[in-house]
Amino acid sequence: MSKVLIVAEHANGKLNPSTAKTVACARQLPDAEIHVAVFADDAGAIATDAAALSGVAKVLLIENPVHANLMAATIAPQLAELGGNYSHLFGPSTTFGKDLMPRTAALLGVNQISDIMDVRGSHSFLRPIYAGNAIVTVEADSKTIVVATVRTASYKAVSGDGDGVIETVSPSAELPSHTRFVELQSGKSDRPDLQTASKVVSGGRAMGSSEGFEIIYKLADALGAAVGASRAAVDAGYVPNEMQVGQTGKIIAPDLYIAIGISGAIQHLTGIKDAGTIVAINKDAEAPIFEVADIGLVGDLFQIVPELEAAISK
Amino acid sequence: MDKILVGLKRVVDYNVRVRVKSDGSGVETDGVKMSINPFDEIALEEALRIRERGEAKEVIVVSIGKPEAQQQLRTGLAMGADRAIIVTTEDLSDALTVARVFLALVEREKPDLVLLGKQAIDDDNNQVGQMLAGLWKRPQASFASSLTINGPSATVTREVDAGLETLEVDLPAVVTTDLRLNEPRYVKLPDIMKAKKKPLDEVSLQDLKIEAAIAIKATAYAPPPVRQKGVMVDGVPALIDALKDKGLI
Ligand SMILES: Cc1cc2nc3c(=O)[nH]c(=O)nc-3n(C[C@H](O)[C@H](O)[C@H](O)COP(=O)(O)OP(=O)(O)OC[C@H]3O[C@@H](n4cnc5c(N)ncnc54)[C@H](O)[C@@H]3O)c2cc1C
Ligand SMILES: Nc1ncnc2c1ncn2[C@@H]1O[C@H](COP(=O)(O)O)[C@@H](O)[C@H]1O
Repeated sequence: MSKVLIVAEHANGKLNPSTAKTVACARQLPDAEIHVAVFADDAGAIATDAAALSGVAKVLLIENPVHANLMAATIAPQLAELGGNYSHLFGPSTTFGKDLMPRTAALLGVNQISDIMDVRGSHSFLRPIYAGNAIVTVEADSKTIVVATVRTASYKAVSGDGDGVIETVSPSAELPSHTRFVELQSGKSDRPDLQTASKVVSGGRAMGSSEGFEIIYKLADALGAAVGASRAAVDAGYVPNEMQVGQTGKIIAPDLYIAIGISGAIQHLTGIKDAGTIVAINKDAEAPIFEVADIGLVGDLFQIVPELEAAISK
Repeated sequence: MDKILVGLKRVVDYNVRVRVKSDGSGVETDGVKMSINPFDEIALEEALRIRERGEAKEVIVVSIGKPEAQQQLRTGLAMGADRAIIVTTEDLSDALTVARVFLALVEREKPDLVLLGKQAIDDDNNQVGQMLAGLWKRPQASFASSLTINGPSATVTREVDAGLETLEVDLPAVVTTDLRLNEPRYVKLPDIMKAKKKPLDEVSLQDLKIEAAIAIKATAYAPPPVRQKGVMVDGVPALIDALKDKGLI
């Protein structure tokens, strides 16, 4: 039997969908009892929503003012302490989980598995390496706890109709004061969230400027889609960093991905491998993006995109 | 601040399209171009800029791996590092063992800052910096896109999913780099000559008395499922039809 503890990710009083996807991965483990740890200042609906995730038996609630901002330095010692009672300790492979889980694994004296994309057995998993150019089967030691992050793009969120119980716990680990939160700058947007949207429209270097990017937003709004970008577009300052899709940005799996003025570098493609349908619009018929696109259209984006937007809005 | 320790991992160059060996025993690395992990080049560039601003005295580059990693350390010295340490081991160690090696070197060198890449682009682990910070019980600021030293502390802006997060960390600390932290300098020919005279110390895993961790075993390698090339359409009306066919609009 596997006893799994999952660390919940949340912000602004809401549970992040990455938590429900991590639960989906844990449910692939044979005979798994799944608990979720919620570190928060004031958990409110986060704890009840976590307890309602299908397959979750129990929520461990750790309320402490230091968790007003989730930081690896303060969560890791507590998570490592709680982890002692479990066979598996999972987190999402978001920037939150990637920051936290290795530190926790080190405190537990074990290695960590990054980006689980499939479970083959209680200690056997698949994960991508070399920007997704190879999929490796890994075996973890069966005598020690398995600490891992879950590649959220590989999983569908479990439903929210479960009935887990909530238990307040108070780990005794000493918390450091050497790391202090200053601020979070995030572009407020009414558009769907890039990581969970069913449709995404992305623009690349070809957009030329932040003004040039406007036609991407318009098309996205006509489709009800989230907006993404290539690294080149982010580096050039057309859009903020949180919009980057790819190996070093977000790994996403929308039903529809429209790549506009993006060449299709391997590092970008890593981020969209699991997309349902990929549409590419590019003036260069030889662009590598067409090798993976389900539907390709060669031409000038500054003509095509407004035309497409008008046709969809009709 | 006195010393900055920088990790330089030797990896398959990012331009190489890596292929899985036909027998599934690993990936093809014979005769493939090897380079400094791109994130590590950024870490070194940042360390050099800190030193050039007069905020640090010495930059030490470290690589753990086969003796061939000396090439990447020489490149690091040519970029401007003051000295190099290679920790030789035949089988490339796991992340926790690498973190333990860094901890042993930290205890020896007592740096004020350890700058690593956020991830090595071979195993795509994204672990060593966070593990080292945990073992060392010091702050970590991963995925940095800006770093300012203010005497006994540093202010670091991190690229997170929600945007840009700023932390203040007491030194010594571990910072891992993201791509937008800086653009690394090019190495000039005379610097390559000069770098040959800079010290490069060799230590072995045994010298450091490291206890190797239990590694995660890789048992099989497979190429990723390939996406089939789709259809080309000749204009917006045809694109709309294709999307409608798939029920996407
Ligand atoms: C370690 C590392 C990590 C990286 N991580 C990422 C990552 O996470 N995400 C990412 O995206 N990249 C990443 N990159 C960068 C990647 O290698 C590419 O440089 C980048 O994706 C290129 O962006 P682009 O396609 O927008 O630009 P380009 O490659 O310049 O492509 C622009 C495209 O626009 C087309 N075009 C130009 N004008 C028009 C027009 N008027 N109409 C139609 N088409 C037009 C061109 O034909 C071209 O194909 C990474 C690189 C490294 C080294
Ligand atoms: N063998 C190594 N030698 C030197 N530095 C390393 C080594 N392995 C990892 N690192 C450092 O740790 C960072 C993160 O690596 P990883 O956790 O393996 O993705 C890298 O970018 C390097 O800075």
